[in-house]
Amino acid sequence: MNMEMMQVLAKAIVCGCSALGAGVSMIGGLGPGIGEGYAVGKALESMARQPEMKGTLTTTMFMGCAVAETTGLYSLIIALLLLFVNPFVNLFGV
Amino acid sequence: MDLEITGAKILISIPELGGFMLTETVVVTWGVMLVLILAVRFMTRNLEVHPTKKRQVIAEMIVGAAQNLVGGNMGEKYLNTWYLPLIAAMFALSAGCSLSSLVGCYAPTSDLSTVLAWAVFVFVLITYTKIKTNGIGGYLKSYTDPIFIMTPFNIIGEIATPVSMAFRHFGNIASGSVITALIYGGLTALSGLVLGLLPGALGDVLSHIPIFAAGIPAVLSLYFDFFSSVLQAFIFCMLSMMYIASAADTGEE
Repeated sequence: MNMEMMQVLAKAIVCGCSALGAGVSMIGGLGPGIGEGYAVGKALESMARQPEMKGTLTTTMFMGCAVAETTGLYSLIIALLLLFVNPFVNLFGV
Repeated sequence: MDLEITGAKILISIPELGGFMLTETVVVTWGVMLVLILAVRFMTRNLEVHPTKKRQVIAEMIVGAAQNLVGGNMGEKYLNTWYLPLIAAMFALSAGCSLSSLVGCYAPTSDLSTVLAWAVFVFVLITYTKIKTNGIGGYLKSYTDPIFIMTPFNIIGEIATPVSMAFRHFGNIASGSVITALIYGGLTALSGLVLGLLPGALGDVLSHIPIFAAGIPAVLSLYFDFFSSVLQAFIFCMLSMMYIASAADTGEE
């Protein structure tokens, strides 16, 4: 195997592993999904109990959802970086 | 299938000025700013004590909503400070930038630089408020709270504030545009594939028209472009207000 092919192969391995890593990092989307569902469910329960608090509850629920989303968005950004920025492709001087 | 997911395109690049680049982000932001300034100028022209024109009523409604938001979340004492116009302007700019994707422009908020700049600005404001409330000594002392071993964690926690604010806004808007682009490309490819099965010239013609791509992306766009944009602008302003209000509260009582 000559040098050029080796370089192509190395690049392909790095790209493939980046794509795999992007997919794996999106497992982090599970947590916020469960957490936000829990928050919305609790908000609905309280709204059913006290419908006059609807406005405040909705605002607070959205705030909580946005804060709970942060960890999922971190994994999303790692996935986007791995897919579109390819930080590791030029790591080995390929 | 030509599916293109890129960042902001660079329109003009001047290497002589230290690598200055005029990107789509900057141009669209200028456009949004121009539209907002013109709208405000139009609504506040010839103000009357008893409003008779529609535009003044709308302007008063907007000011009332901003007063409710700031007064309800930061406290009544902030109503006559410069925080009110600041928060209202930040909301308008954020929502306007995100909504500009509705008219086909590149949304400036799906560029990390834009939202990171806003978040750093809010972070400076929070730090300023903290120093103003506690004094510079009290501010530095708050890093060794509860004991001095916690200092590195406190510093990380402090830096996490602007980073998480910027990533939250950027991630929501950018993921929306990426998902919309993916679904649009996928539906275009699918309609080409399925309609290409039709025999003869009919299939040749129809397979070049992305029939499946009509309609479905519009529903998603309603969520990603409209609902998510306004919600993120609202959340960004709410978080800024809460951080600033809590930074101002620590010294009192």
